[in-house]
Amino acid sequence: MSESLVVPTMAEMMARGEQPEVLFWVGCSGSFDDRAKKITKAFVRILNRANVKFAVLGSEEGCTGDPAKRAGNEFLFQMQAMMNIQVFDGYEVKKIVTACPHCFNTIKNEYPGLGGTYEVVHHTEFLKSLLDDGRLTIEGGQFKGKRITFHDPCYLGRANKIYEAPRDLIQKLDAELVEMKRSKANGLCCGAGGAQMFKEPEKGNKDVNMERTDDALEVKPQIIAAGCPFCNTMLTDGVKFNHKEGEVQVLDVAELIANAQDL
Amino acid sequence: MHILSSILFIALTVAGFGFFAVNAKKIYRNIKLGQPVNRTDRSSERFKNMLLVAFGQKKMFTRPIPALLHFAIYAAFMITQIELIEIFIDGIFGTHRIFKEPLGGFYTFMISLIEVMSVAALTATIFFLSRRNLLKLPRLNMKELLGWPKKDANLILMMEIVLVLCIFTMNGTDEVLYNIGKSHFTGQGSFNFTISQFIGPTVFGSLSEGTLHILERVGWWGHFIMVLTFLNYLYFSKHLHILLAFPNTYFANLNPLGQFNNLESVTNEVKLMMDPNADPFAAPAVDENAVPAKFGAQDVMDLNQVQLLNAYSCTECGRCTSSCPANITGKKLSPRLIMMKTRDRLEEVGKNIDANKGTFVEDGKTLLNDYITPEELWACTTCNACVEECPIEISPLSIIMDMRRFLVMEQSAAPMELNTMMTNIENNGAPWQYNQMDRLNWKDEN
Ligand code: SF4
Ligand code: SF4
Repeated sequence: MSESLVVPTMAEMMARGEQPEVLFWVGCSGSFDDRAKKITKAFVRILNRANVKFAVLGSEEGCTGDPAKRAGNEFLFQMQAMMNIQVFDGYEVKKIVTACPHCFNTIKNEYPGLGGTYEVVHHTEFLKSLLDDGRLTIEGGQFKGKRITFHDPCYLGRANKIYEAPRDLIQKLDAELVEMKRSKANGLCCGAGGAQMFKEPEKGNKDVNMERTDDALEVKPQIIAAGCPFCNTMLTDGVKFNHKEGEVQVLDVAELIANAQDL
Repeated sequence: MHILSSILFIALTVAGFGFFAVNAKKIYRNIKLGQPVNRTDRSSERFKNMLLVAFGQKKMFTRPIPALLHFAIYAAFMITQIELIEIFIDGIFGTHRIFKEPLGGFYTFMISLIEVMSVAALTATIFFLSRRNLLKLPRLNMKELLGWPKKDANLILMMEIVLVLCIFTMNGTDEVLYNIGKSHFTGQGSFNFTISQFIGPTVFGSLSEGTLHILERVGWWGHFIMVLTFLNYLYFSKHLHILLAFPNTYFANLNPLGQFNNLESVTNEVKLMMDPNADPFAAPAVDENAVPAKFGAQDVMDLNQVQLLNAYSCTECGRCTSSCPANITGKKLSPRLIMMKTRDRLEEVGKNIDANKGTFVEDGKTLLNDYITPEELWACTTCNACVEECPIEISPLSIIMDMRRFLVMEQSAAPMELNTMMTNIENNGAPWQYNQMDRLNWKDEN
């Protein structure tokens, strides 16, 4: 944790006349949420270690508009999208990586219709490609033999059919990957999507994140892995509610990789 | 005698199909009340999807046991249609088993196959009936199915049983008659149909020739009348899916499930707003193919045609609802109910149009509020579980989203916290109240 992070912005790169390999889209959660910021930093440490030439937008980044769109505010969504597309195009961005499945889905699937087409990858896919290309190596380290279960974020899994990249990464840690009864295409939502994160849930007999945490705890994991900052928050709350925070950790796949590397 | 029965047969056929055509036209007209949507691209992909999902029942097989049983009924249904052709010819011309002579061994094979499939279908039907009424599977016993939907599901299963009984009565008695050389089919012997060659003599062997002839006709006419009844019953039933599953999967969304459509009408306005050269006071250009000046959906006419087709195709199986996180945790939202209510409202609008000589007269009701409440709509996490689960690729979520859009953009009726979130995005580019200038602060924090 000692080395300081190298996080160049697009503007700085441009000033140096350079073009990064990939733009790291941090997202609102990754920028402002205390828990999610740790994920952001873990991912950056890996990028630094693997010598990936990347850049962030910093203050030029603005919400993708995903929560506005899912809430039904198409106007606000499209305003945000068009502003971001202008920024991307100003920097001639070709490839974008993000640790947020909501940003990933929106930029990848919904921006093209508004004139912004880029290669968009989720950080789990990107990490896997770094490993496949030999730019990054991991040994199990502290996770060897640990029971880890993976919660499929809806906007990564069902919405974009990415199920294997995060699982491959977990397996690379020599961990024991255990599946919940509802997983992959049948995964259960964490309860945060569709702008639910920003409001109180409707009346019911349980909160969705509690139901999902029960699914996870049922398989007695030592770690619940997630690939989305919102899922992470929801599941962390659920674990706390069950007073299991001493036994069960909720970690992003990027954090698993970074920790395995002692980064 | 035979002239009389031919006339009766033809009259029934014309009435049955005529009535069906009238209702089919109504469905078509009602679906056309929706907004047009372009789903004619990528036709080979669409065709493949239809073959796999509707014809091949691909998605059913995520639950193998009901899938196999459902498949038995489905296959029996398809194959029995072949026999129906013979029934039509025999019925009109007063012939008997017209295909037996020309088809020979293949005829025996075909009818035998129908018999075997019918037994499989009967088994499945009895299983389904007991599952619905004795086992009380939660998704088939929710409150929302009380009343007509429950009766509907049971009725169709009973019809199924009657149909199968008719087939075996017909073949069984005819077998006995043929054994003694008294069948309407000339000659004497056994038809050699896999099942009726045994159950025929066992069940009907002791009956008099007269009774056998009557029973044979009862089975034959019963079969035919059952088919016509079934055809016309479809319109009132969730069983429309046996026809509409095909177009429904053909026109299904082929894009990634997470990709929500971008409203074009909004794009135009946003472009105008963002264009520094646009004159804000200029009169808006007149759009020849003007879309109704409504954002999102308040009533069925605001939904698109595929969404309305979805509503008619829904089988009320409840797989969507049983996978819905909101429903699982006791919230009011049930994606199945979204589809059922959409169909109910569409039917109501259709009846209104029929009663008012072809035009819809305001009835002071809308799909929103009168059928579907905002509480249901706001409970959705847009997780796509319902869409993934639906065996015929219906998207309850797309209707939910379009209605949310109406609530937010037309009525500014979002829950308060969501308004705060949206104001934050507007002002600081993030759903929370942070300054956009601080977006990179994490870099130097510990
Ligand atoms: S998308 Fe909405 S309606 Fe469908 S299953 Fe998820 S929460 Fe339920
Ligand atoms: S929408 Fe699909 S899954 Fe839901 S009840 Fe209808 S047919 Fe079944």
